[in-house]
Amino acid sequence: MSQNAIPPVLEIDNLGISYFTRAGEIPAVKDFSLSLGAGESVGLVGESGCGKSTVAMGIMRYLGSNGAIVGGAIRFKGRDMNELNEAELRQIRGSEIAMIYQEPMAALNPSLTIATQLIEVSMTHEGIGEAEAHARAIQVLADVNLPDAERIMAAYPHQLSGGQQQRVVVCMALLSNPSLLLLDEPTTALDVTVEAGLVRLIAGLSEKYGTALLYISHNLGLITDTCDRVCVMYSGESVEEGTVNEVFNAPRHPYTHGLFGCIPLPTADKNARPLMPIQGQLPLPHERPPGCNFGPRCDHFGAGRCDGDEIAMQAVSNSGSAHRARCLRWHEINWDLDIAVETEREEIPVGDVVLAVDGMQKYYAVHDRSIGAWISGKGVRYVKANEALDFRARKGETVAIVGESGCGKSTFAKVLVGLEASTGGKVRFDGDEIGQTSVHDRTSEQIGSLQMIFQNPDETLNPSLTIGSQIGRVIRKFGVEVEPDKIRERVLRLLDTVKLPRDFIHRRPRQLSGGQKQRVGIARAFAGNPSLVVADEPVSALDVSVQAAVTELLMDIQREHGTTLLFISHDLSAVRYLADRVVVMYLGRVMERGSTDKVFSPPYHPYTEALLSAVPIADPNIEKREIILEGNPPSVIDQPPGCPFQTRCPRKLGPLCETEAPPSRDAGDGHVIACHMELTGLRQVEHVIRFSNGNGVAGKE
Amino acid sequence: MIELVKSILPAPSKVSALVRALRSFALLRESGVGMVGAGLVLFWVIVALFAPVIAPFEPNAQLLPMAKPGTAFPGGATFWLGADQLGRDILSRIIWGSRTVLFFAPLATLCAYTVGIIMGLAAGYYRGKLDEFLSFVANAILSFPVLVLYVLVISTIGPSGINIVIAITFASAPGIMRIVRGLVLDLRNRDYVAAAQTRGESSWYIMLVEILPNARGPLIVDACLRLGYVVITIGVLGFLGLGLPPPDPDWGGMVNFARPLAIVFPHMTVFPCIAISSLILGFNLLADGLREISLRD
Repeated sequence: MSQNAIPPVLEIDNLGISYFTRAGEIPAVKDFSLSLGAGESVGLVGESGCGKSTVAMGIMRYLGSNGAIVGGAIRFKGRDMNELNEAELRQIRGSEIAMIYQEPMAALNPSLTIATQLIEVSMTHEGIGEAEAHARAIQVLADVNLPDAERIMAAYPHQLSGGQQQRVVVCMALLSNPSLLLLDEPTTALDVTVEAGLVRLIAGLSEKYGTALLYISHNLGLITDTCDRVCVMYSGESVEEGTVNEVFNAPRHPYTHGLFGCIPLPTADKNARPLMPIQGQLPLPHERPPGCNFGPRCDHFGAGRCDGDEIAMQAVSNSGSAHRARCLRWHEINWDLDIAVETEREEIPVGDVVLAVDGMQKYYAVHDRSIGAWISGKGVRYVKANEALDFRARKGETVAIVGESGCGKSTFAKVLVGLEASTGGKVRFDGDEIGQTSVHDRTSEQIGSLQMIFQNPDETLNPSLTIGSQIGRVIRKFGVEVEPDKIRERVLRLLDTVKLPRDFIHRRPRQLSGGQKQRVGIARAFAGNPSLVVADEPVSALDVSVQAAVTELLMDIQREHGTTLLFISHDLSAVRYLADRVVVMYLGRVMERGSTDKVFSPPYHPYTEALLSAVPIADPNIEKREIILEGNPPSVIDQPPGCPFQTRCPRKLGPLCETEAPPSRDAGDGHVIACHMELTGLRQVEHVIRFSNGNGVAGKE
Repeated sequence: MIELVKSILPAPSKVSALVRALRSFALLRESGVGMVGAGLVLFWVIVALFAPVIAPFEPNAQLLPMAKPGTAFPGGATFWLGADQLGRDILSRIIWGSRTVLFFAPLATLCAYTVGIIMGLAAGYYRGKLDEFLSFVANAILSFPVLVLYVLVISTIGPSGINIVIAITFASAPGIMRIVRGLVLDLRNRDYVAAAQTRGESSWYIMLVEILPNARGPLIVDACLRLGYVVITIGVLGFLGLGLPPPDPDWGGMVNFARPLAIVFPHMTVFPCIAISSLILGFNLLADGLREISLRD
């Protein structure tokens, strides 16, 4: 087009980056090309270890002592970055190219005030005076929607919330008016509602300042919401690139195609249309196969062709667009047929109530021993982690507890498994009251039948013990088997169940990948034949392609054993996909509960509505009503009076919400909404998510 | 039949603990400093093991007072490092003395570690009042000048091998406790500890099986370093006359015994000093090497 008239801000040609370690040269990025014009935003998607962050660091020429650019060229505004010396690079870094990292707390210096850190940027790069720099910082802080600029300037990083910190980081990046902004997973550490606000902010600012954006993320949905074009990376190479619409509507590389089978889109259903995991796992950088890196995991692998020479990117569109993919067989594969393959499954029959929670309450006492607290008589304050929690879970059912960080969902899990005692209300499990029974006072049957799957794959297993001994210990502990031979036999069968090779029994956790560790965690939880399993974000730390496999495995085992699954998550897409019923929590209180399709369609609680709007969905054909929550979630110690959500609620009625706790309104079929708004008013609300053709998306069709 | 069993069972990939220990020791080869340290320590271990074979004389035999190094003795033997004022061969006394130090130093370290680990595990795992109490006791002991503490303890209970061990345990355990406590405070929040708690494991099972093995890295390095300090301590105690009762050879005691004549006959003090410092250097370099390889992977 008009590329000759306006040269692109960034041009990358056949870039190759390697790290040099004791084991030799490890190519982290190979044959990577990209062009980015002013005001354009390009997404870089891929799983961990695919080299997307290395590309960003390579653009900055900031590769550490053991990394080097081994081929190709990076041209920034026509200048070859490879030919610049350190002094020239310093001029560019932070001033013309700015970067925003994942952890805002790590990007800000904890011992300096925000003012010091912001003023420094303008003074260094533009050589302006302190007063001028201060005025500039305040102006840009207002741009990033931090209205109380003077107070923010005087604060230290730890005095701000995560969302505010990340806004400060964005402000810092924008101070010098860069032409290129690199965003490395900028919102991964934030809650979805905060993320939604920040994403919109960055898009608006990029328009205002004409900044080119390079968005690095593992989240396909986020890229859909933010980018014009996308580049999918796999194992150090770009495998597909084009506009978001082209790539996401008609992926022409088996990996991209597979990824969409792995994420729970609104069209997926756990029984009618289950996820289709990609087999295998990402190859290590020094163990990449010859030819196509994706070959060993690809369903369309052609021996002799795909494992031959290096494969080049080729155009996959006849219309002359820039949609390209690194696949030899793209025109031979019937892409539509593949999607239609359906392995329908039976629904799990739902049985009796296994878990009954009535008005459960968990307060933590916080002792303030300061003189001021002593004088005012407020020596003890309470963190209200859970307040009046009510719900039922039946045999074979999946109940999801959804909410952002700090909503009390993990505290509830701790009370269930007996690590904490509730301070009020009732928790009955199989008829027995367990809310105040600590784990040491429970019978081994009770313990064995209520087990937990943990979030972090790197922490869920003891690194010093073999897999076999860790699973075996559980079997022995719960008295499932006693004799060593029988125990071993059962460990082997459990490994079969979670689809791991039998010789893993002698392995140690460090020899396993994240997904494999999580499978062992599942095996361990199911070793005692539990009737209820609490899964605390079991897949959120895994890569997308592995997530699907672990989710499906978990549901298969659940189906087989008729286990009740309590799925704790912040990911509404996953919840929509696998839960039968949903409990939405905010600040320790249930805002809405009911069956999944009821909760995911009107009438909504205003918080559920905002959550649904905030979750990025990787489907360009879906339109969302945009609801951005202002402000920060209140602290659990100083909860607002009345409705906990009133400080951020877009549908706040008035003083009533500030004084009285909202009533629980029954919308039929156990669908309960805690809101002051009348049901008739809530029913008039439209669907948050709808297909472009106008149909609303509920939980399940 | 055997074939059948073999075909059912997976190949035995389980390796014995000894092989794994040797394998991790082989990693040390990548650290030059560590190899020098290991060499020095190994040298003294071999000397101590074969003392009766290597030593040219009886360590306590009074033969030729104040012989210079290299003096020949009737019967073909030589005082390679000379003799002290009672005519005892210094080389033989150093060789036999290595047995003392290489017996009591590891023993004292082991005892200090046992006490320190138990205190640290309990303080870090239970926290609360117990932690406050144990930390207070530890801080109180640590606030004492170490040397005064040793002199106090040993002059109260009398100088002997076992009392040296007790004194060193008393003085070092608080430091070890603080290290272990810090490690436990971090490790107790891991999910595998929570998993053990949710299946109702006893507290001591969790501390000893789930937590302690994962703290071993820093502890092994510290133990190596501390062995060196204990060698110094034993030397100092010997020098102050609070070590092993005479006449049995003890490096610190040898220096003390020969001190009045050190200006005239330096060989009587210099060689035991070299022995002490070479062993300490060995332990310290070994600790450096272990830290280097533990940081690398």
